Amino acid sequence: MNRLFRKLLLAGVASAALLPCASFAAEPIPVVASFSILGDLVRVIGGNRVSISTLVGPDQDAHAFTPKPADARAIVQSRLLVINGLGFEPWAQKLAKSAGYKGETVAASKGVKPLVMAEEKGQADQGHDHDEADPHAWQNPNNVVLYARNVAAALSKVDPAGAVIYQTNASAYVKELQTLDAWAKSQFAMIPADKRKVITSHDAFGYLAAQYQIRFLAPQGVSTDAEPSAREVAQLIKQIQREKIRAVFVENMSNPKLLAQLAKDAGVTAGASLYSDALSAARGPADSYLKLMRHNVTQLAAGMRTN
Amino acid sequence: MMALSAWLWDAVFAPFAEFAFMRRALVATLALSLSAAPLGVFLTLRRMSLLGDALSHAVLPGVAIGFMLSGLSLTAMALGGVAAGMLVAAIAGLVTRFTTLKEDASLAAIYLVALALGVTLISGHGTQLDLLHILFGSALGVDNQGLLMVAGVASSSVLLLAAMYRGLVLESFDPVFLAAAGRRGWLWQQGFLMLVVINLVAGFQTLGTLMAVGLMMLPAVSSRLWHDTLPAQLVNASVQAMLASSTGLLLSYHLDTPSGPTIIGCAGALYFMSLLVAPGGWLPRVWASRHRVA
Repeated sequence: MNRLFRKLLLAGVASAALLPCASFAAEPIPVVASFSILGDLVRVIGGNRVSISTLVGPDQDAHAFTPKPADARAIVQSRLLVINGLGFEPWAQKLAKSAGYKGETVAASKGVKPLVMAEEKGQADQGHDHDEADPHAWQNPNNVVLYARNVAAALSKVDPAGAVIYQTNASAYVKELQTLDAWAKSQFAMIPADKRKVITSHDAFGYLAAQYQIRFLAPQGVSTDAEPSAREVAQLIKQIQREKIRAVFVENMSNPKLLAQLAKDAGVTAGASLYSDALSAARGPADSYLKLMRHNVTQLAAGMRTN
Repeated sequence: MMALSAWLWDAVFAPFAEFAFMRRALVATLALSLSAAPLGVFLTLRRMSLLGDALSHAVLPGVAIGFMLSGLSLTAMALGGVAAGMLVAAIAGLVTRFTTLKEDASLAAIYLVALALGVTLISGHGTQLDLLHILFGSALGVDNQGLLMVAGVASSSVLLLAAMYRGLVLESFDPVFLAAAGRRGWLWQQGFLMLVVINLVAGFQTLGTLMAVGLMMLPAVSSRLWHDTLPAQLVNASVQAMLASSTGLLLSYHLDTPSGPTIIGCAGALYFMSLLVAPGGWLPRVWASRHRVA
């Protein structure tokens, strides 16, 4: 009994000596998140136990990211790298590898059931010769529940002493996500199913569409580097007129001219913008994930009511 | 007869009658064909066929400065792009004038410096937006403002080209004579480069890089296979560009293919046809040499 006690005491002293900073929260744990929405998530779950830096900041396009030496340094000095996965940031693994990063990496989307990138019928053979997973899984709050649990688990692994705090924060956040989901459902429930149609310039809303039974129509090539055909644009104009779609949203991350002009030809004015891949700058309308979703749902519902 | 005219209406005129975006695309591409293709002929004469591609990168620092000064304003970025393009072309011209470097070499050097400067400015400002992707347009998304810009640029550039035609021809073919005659050759050269820049930058912003450069260069290259005299080449280039524009737009409508590449594909088809059957092409030369032997 006495010997066991002494062993325990020794182990305690040894581990305290080995983990001087982490377990006593004197220094926050450096964590790098690939883009702003994940950064927000890590901040919520890690609280003041982590110091977070994001590679692709608010209002920035993760598709056009070019790393700087400072980014590589941030990764090397961090103990956890949080990425979205599903092919959203193909540069992240390469950057971590070339920077000589030895720490943990977690794909926040682990366990999410991936959707295939939205494509209009009969066009599946154009542009993509294989099915591509849609990486924008955070557009469904239920997926972000998984994100939160994955991030909490990864933080607990790096910093076991904070595990309880991370789990508590994650659970509290999951409740907020469930409230958000219920609220979004109630917003869209007021709109008849045949009016739930929206035109956007960026096909990043596949998960949102599936969750709330909304049809997003995006002219192919408006959203990607591919170019649309004249027939496709003509068909979209006819469809807008035939189905009397009024909800048109322009994205400020791609060229808005084509969609704006197309909407004008069809006699519709493009509405407010939606936030898809990045938060807005601090104190903007979408400076946290929860605010981003509330902004988008409000805008979408308002647009669809005019259909 | 009725059936034929009905078919003709459906195939050729109905798409334009029904859709405003088709009309705008047609007018913009025809206007650019009229002004840019002749400039392309001069570019091939001066062995500067790749200027257009270089310039599509060289506008970046100007676009970046426009963005830094007034955010995502298309007008500011467009003006910045024109300014940067002009500056790059002017510096390249001056370097050619005062050193032993040829026009293509000095342009290659200066456009790379400009591109590097642009990328540095953009990342220094901490933005990860693909500014050129936001700024550059596509044939089907031409708005009224873009249409006015292309039409204005095309009209003024045709008039200016007519005004400076004699000097430019002399400068292209016999710069030594021009210098000996005491004329200021660099004025013609700079004026010509400015014309090319405004045509290209207007084209980038309304129709996109591929369309702007393609309509300028492809018809110009194939027109040189058809005629020996410069005026005939200029007219031929414009006609080929217009033919490719209208056919390409209609094909894109009926066959459901992306419009920019289809138009340039049509210009390419005309080029390959010219390679075969034009007087300067392959078949007539084979024919002529066989007769000579016999």
